[in-house]
Formats: sequence, structure tokens, C-alpha cells
Amino acid sequence: MFQNIIEGISAAAIPLIMLFIPLYAYYKKIKVYEVFVDGAKEGFNVAVRIMPFLVAILVSVGIFRASGALTYITVLLAPITNLIGMPPETIPMAFMMPLSGSGAIGVMSDLLNTYGPDSFIGLVTSSMMGSTETTFYILAVYLGSVGIKKGRHALPASLAGNVAGILAAVLISNIVFR
Amino acid sequence: MINIVWLGLIVIGISVAIINSILNGDLEPLREVTSSAFNMSKTSIELAIGLIGLMMLWLGLMKLAEESGLINIIARLLRPIMVRLFPDVPADHPAMGAMIMNISANMLGLANAATPLGLKAMLELQKLNKNEETATNAMVTFLALNSSSVTIIPSTIIGIRVATGSADPARVIGTILFATTCSTIVAITLAKLLSKMKRYRLSDAISEPNQQKA
Repeated sequence: MFQNIIEGISAAAIPLIMLFIPLYAYYKKIKVYEVFVDGAKEGFNVAVRIMPFLVAILVSVGIFRASGALTYITVLLAPITNLIGMPPETIPMAFMMPLSGSGAIGVMSDLLNTYGPDSFIGLVTSSMMGSTETTFYILAVYLGSVGIKKGRHALPASLAGNVAGILAAVLISNIVFR
Repeated sequence: MINIVWLGLIVIGISVAIINSILNGDLEPLREVTSSAFNMSKTSIELAIGLIGLMMLWLGLMKLAEESGLINIIARLLRPIMVRLFPDVPADHPAMGAMIMNISANMLGLANAATPLGLKAMLELQKLNKNEETATNAMVTFLALNSSSVTIIPSTIIGIRVATGSADPARVIGTILFATTCSTIVAITLAKLLSKMKRYRLSDAISEPNQQKA
């Protein structure tokens, strides 16, 4: 039931927005077609401007991902994460999330397939996945789109949020699911 | 910091690949790093090209929402929160509307809409920026908010749980809400606190009111 409602909202949100905005504009006597086209013009430049930033970030993340460095990091960190009740299997997930969205989805699907979505590992992984976004991608694309080179404290503040989200997911999972 | 992280990912990645190649006595790890680097550079451009159409769709809709006054109505409703989060942005500036639209899209888990709307917000925030190569406080707070995920409907995660045969796919909604609230609070608090640190403080104006440009 609850799940159906959520799926319904997800499926209907975009069509309803795409229906409502032009209808409301028409009601307000806006020349809907002309104004839409006028707004859309900006789109091309933004996409072109972010290209070098995307290449830089995604290539370095790709090298890191392909190297198998996460295996070593997992072995090194396992004794520490055990102390806070974080299964070592979820360490690659924690590192992948801020770096790569598709990578994180891959790791999560893999963990859920291997250990089961309703196992403790599966539940921790799912909770972690919802707590953060792909920080590096967002910073590169958003700052790059307006040509900003000095991000100041954007990265430390965002990464601290990511770490807090992961720790909170581990903590609450230990309380709720154990 | 981004310089160190970027270099670190490359140095760690390639060093590990070299060590693995030597330990295993075969060149596969090195070849994988090479092909990954080449594939990712291709993927980046495909992502950007794919974004062109989406950007145009959402920028067109945003323009309609703006000219019809719809954005103003939404912005007025959320004004008390937004003014506190972004004190440097005038309450009736188009940046507020764009940020609100982006945050709403994020909350609903509409990733395809969130990025174009977020980029629109950045364009508007940049108009308030005096130093065009340096991020403003408002931008950093906005980025912190975006990277800490404010999803209330985690449709992707539920989708993967369904696909892997979960008996109760929506069971994690409560824990996700808790975790994402923690990450958002920490990210925004740090965005605010660090902006006052000597290292990150804006060099010219102290509070940069920016009213005259609006």
C-alpha cells in the first residue's frame, strides 16, 4: 500500500509538473510556446561548459575505481568500522557514494544480490545509499557550469555531510534492524 | 582541496594498479586502468550531450513558471526558510525560485529534473557574484544542500530493493530519512561555519550584500 503510493507519486510527478506549468502560464496570458523556446536557448551553452570539468572528475574516479584500490582500503579500515557496528562489506559503498553515482548503484546491487536486500548488510547499504549524493559530480558540474574555479569550503562542508550521513545510517540501522 | 583529492585519486589508482600487476605477474590491472580512463572521458561527453535536451526542457518550463509568476508564489511560501539559509540572496531574486525548484525536485527524487534546475540556480547565483571565479557563500550552502541529499522519496533505492527480491522494499525509508537529515544538518552547519574561517573567507567584501545588482 505505502509502496504503491510512493511509486504513484514518482510516476505522476513529472507529467503533472509538465501539465501544470504551461497551463498556469497560459491562464496568465503568457505566449507559452515562444517563452518556452526562449528559456530553452540557454541549455546548450551550459552543457558545453561543464564538459572539461566532467572529463577531469570522471576520469580520475574511473582510474581509482578500476585499480582495485577499494579492496585495500576495505582491509585497512575493517578493524575500525567493526567497532561502530559497520559491516566491512559496506566500506566500498561508503567510498563510492561521493565519487560515482553509477558506481554506488553497482556496488549496492551487488551487495543486495550477494547478501539479500533484507539482511543486515542489505539494510545498512540501502540506508547509506539514501543519505548522500554524488558530491564530486555535483561540485564539478555545478561550479563548472558557471566557470568557478575556487570552490572555497564547498568540498570540505559537503564531504563532512557525506561522512555524517554514512555514520548516521550505520548508527540508526544498528538500533532499528539489529 | 579539490586539487589534492583529484591528484590523490589518480596517484592511488595508478600505484595500486602497478602493484597489483607486479604481484599477480600479469598486465591486466594496468590495462583496466587505461580502458577505464578512456571510457570515462567518452562517458563524460555523452552525459553532457544527454544533458542538453534535459536542460532545454527544464529551462523552458522554468521560464514559463517565472514569467507567469508561479515561481514567486512558491518562493513567497518558503521565504522564511530560504532567507535564513541564503542571507546574501535578495528574497525576490530569481535565484531563490530556481533553488526552491531544485530542492523540491531533489526531495521528490526526480534526478533528471534536479540537475538542470540546480544549474539554472547556479546561473542566477553567479549574477550576484562579484568575483566570478570564486564561489559565494550562497553557492557553497546550496552545494552542501545538494550533495547531502534531501530525498524523501528514494525511488531508485526502492527500485533496486524490489529488483533484488526484497520482502519489504520500503522498510528503509525511516532510516534513510534519519541519515539524510543528519547529513544535511552537518553539511549546512559546516558551510556556514567554515565561511568565517580565515582560509575560506571571501577576500574583498565581508558580507557582500549584493543588493545593488539585484
